[in-house]
Amino acid sequence: MSTPLVTGRLLRLGGGRISLRVGPRSVAVGAVAALIVVVGALVSLTTGAFPLTLAEVGETLVGQGSRATEFVVLDQRLPRLVLAVLVGAALAVSGAVLQSLSRNALGSPDVIGFTTGASTGALVAIVTFGAGTLGTSLGALLGGIVTALVVVTLSAGRGTQGLRMVLIGIGIGAALLAVNSWLITTAVLQTAVDAQAWLLGDLSNRGWPQILALGVGVVVLLPVLFGMARRLSLLELGDRPAGALGVDVGRTRTILLLCAVALAAASTAAAGPIPFLALAAPQIARSLTRAATPVLVPSALCGAALLVVSDLAVTRLFSPVPLPVGIATGLIGGLYLVVLLVRLWRGSTT
Amino acid sequence: MTRLHAQDVTLGYEGRTVARDLSVEIPDDSFTVIVGPNACGKSTLLAALARVLAPQAGSVVLDGQAIASYRSKEVARRLGLLPQTATAPGGITVGDLVARGRYPHQQLLRQWSDDDEVAVAEAMALTNVADLASRLVDELSGGQRQRVWLAMALAQETPILLLDEPTTYLDISHQIDVLELCARLHAELGRTLVAVLHDLNQAARYATHLIALRKGGVVAATGAPRDVLTEELVTDVYGLACRVLPDPETGTPMVVPRRPERMGAAAGAASGVAPGAGPAVEGAGDGRPVAGG
Repeated sequence: MSTPLVTGRLLRLGGGRISLRVGPRSVAVGAVAALIVVVGALVSLTTGAFPLTLAEVGETLVGQGSRATEFVVLDQRLPRLVLAVLVGAALAVSGAVLQSLSRNALGSPDVIGFTTGASTGALVAIVTFGAGTLGTSLGALLGGIVTALVVVTLSAGRGTQGLRMVLIGIGIGAALLAVNSWLITTAVLQTAVDAQAWLLGDLSNRGWPQILALGVGVVVLLPVLFGMARRLSLLELGDRPAGALGVDVGRTRTILLLCAVALAAASTAAAGPIPFLALAAPQIARSLTRAATPVLVPSALCGAALLVVSDLAVTRLFSPVPLPVGIATGLIGGLYLVVLLVRLWRGSTT
Repeated sequence: MTRLHAQDVTLGYEGRTVARDLSVEIPDDSFTVIVGPNACGKSTLLAALARVLAPQAGSVVLDGQAIASYRSKEVARRLGLLPQTATAPGGITVGDLVARGRYPHQQLLRQWSDDDEVAVAEAMALTNVADLASRLVDELSGGQRQRVWLAMALAQETPILLLDEPTTYLDISHQIDVLELCARLHAELGRTLVAVLHDLNQAARYATHLIALRKGGVVAATGAPRDVLTEELVTDVYGLACRVLPDPETGTPMVVPRRPERMGAAAGAASGVAPGAGPAVEGAGDGRPVAGG
């Protein structure tokens, strides 16, 4: 056959028993994003107020460092880095799945109130129960999941579910934003300061237990979602076409929603609300790969890269008092997305 | 018993029942066409037959077993559906979209076999879209796009194929293209076809078996078009006065609507002239005087 029928490369192993269709652009975008993560990791481990050589970092990682390097690497820089990778990947995949399910770029968890709901949960824990870090994380997790349940239940029914979910989510998010402000005004000064600090979204001062908890969530949920990517792309054809092709629409949608919501809530529980990443990273991945389907793995890598770079920017450019990382994700991700979209639309109309 | 039939199904959506206790049989190896007025439940019935809509009561039976008891992919290997509304993802190529029809034959780690390649190539050749493989679906005309969707359903390689209004939005020559292709699929490739059509004359030409639904999802008549499609049936089902003549091309029944009589005009000599009974109007039909029959 002269011209191939389908796009992408075919990978065949074991005499055709395993065959995978891979998009070369997806692989390239994923590889570049992974490279950015690795370089960003090396830079963030070695530079800063206390510069280290790669050898020193390596020795410390295998347990042969000094007390000082152990403090800098294992207690300061590494948790921050790992958290950035986990949160970036989790938010990006959550955004990619929810945007695909709602067939709307605005259907990402930070726009449709899920993240705001997680914040409400955290604030209730801090202000009402005087909770510590663990309680705050639990509050955020619960708040995010409950909000998602409310939004999804209210938008259930016939017709254009996607747009309805976006609109209802924006409404509920706005209401919860008001609740959040109100909660802070009711608190005594020091609590209000703590709450406000949490609301800025930050990767510092998170202990290993919290990072591990998110890590477990990511390691379990991401593969589940990656495995369901084909079904997700069939759902984009519409419920009936997908059902006719053999997708169990109701069950698939429920599992996808649950996993995506859990990822968003768990990230917010670990790092506070990080704005814009869940919206921008999947869009950046999709326009770079030019794929017609949601690209979950490249999205995850782009999200991780975006957050690692953003965190480097706020900590290294604005030391010793770093800006909240959310400001950088908004600036870097937002501007880059605008540039991409403008180029894309210009290109498509000419 | 036929391979596919619906047994006393009640169909509807939340708070709205479209059909109650409806039973239909799809004869094996037939080209069955379902006709009926707007909102009579044709598409809903087709969706239930394809298992993309669960009946509120009763069951659809496929190969002797309730269709709900199969795994989704198993159903999708036995029957395919060309739905009325499907959205092509932006930026997808024709080949990639047709290839999605192979999903029920694939697995997580077995995403593309030689069978897949052959089935997609054949489906695209049959529907005449082989040249378009690397084009974007967004760039196609309506007629081409409909053929691409049909190719996707064909690539599924199911013995039974359900088509929901496959000719809607197409001009007359593209309508005939699609129907001739369906006739070929039925006659030469032995597929059982079930289509919802609006055009009674096309239905009479191509169907081997006709199911006429009345408003409220009630079967008005079933059988060969020659036996079923009569002036009485059209008046009964659509509230439309008409004459039924033999199609000069095929000899199948051809429905010619009558003009409604104007006020003050001389009374029509022929029977079956219904004052005010123009083309079937959705939502009307209660207490409308229908003369003749």
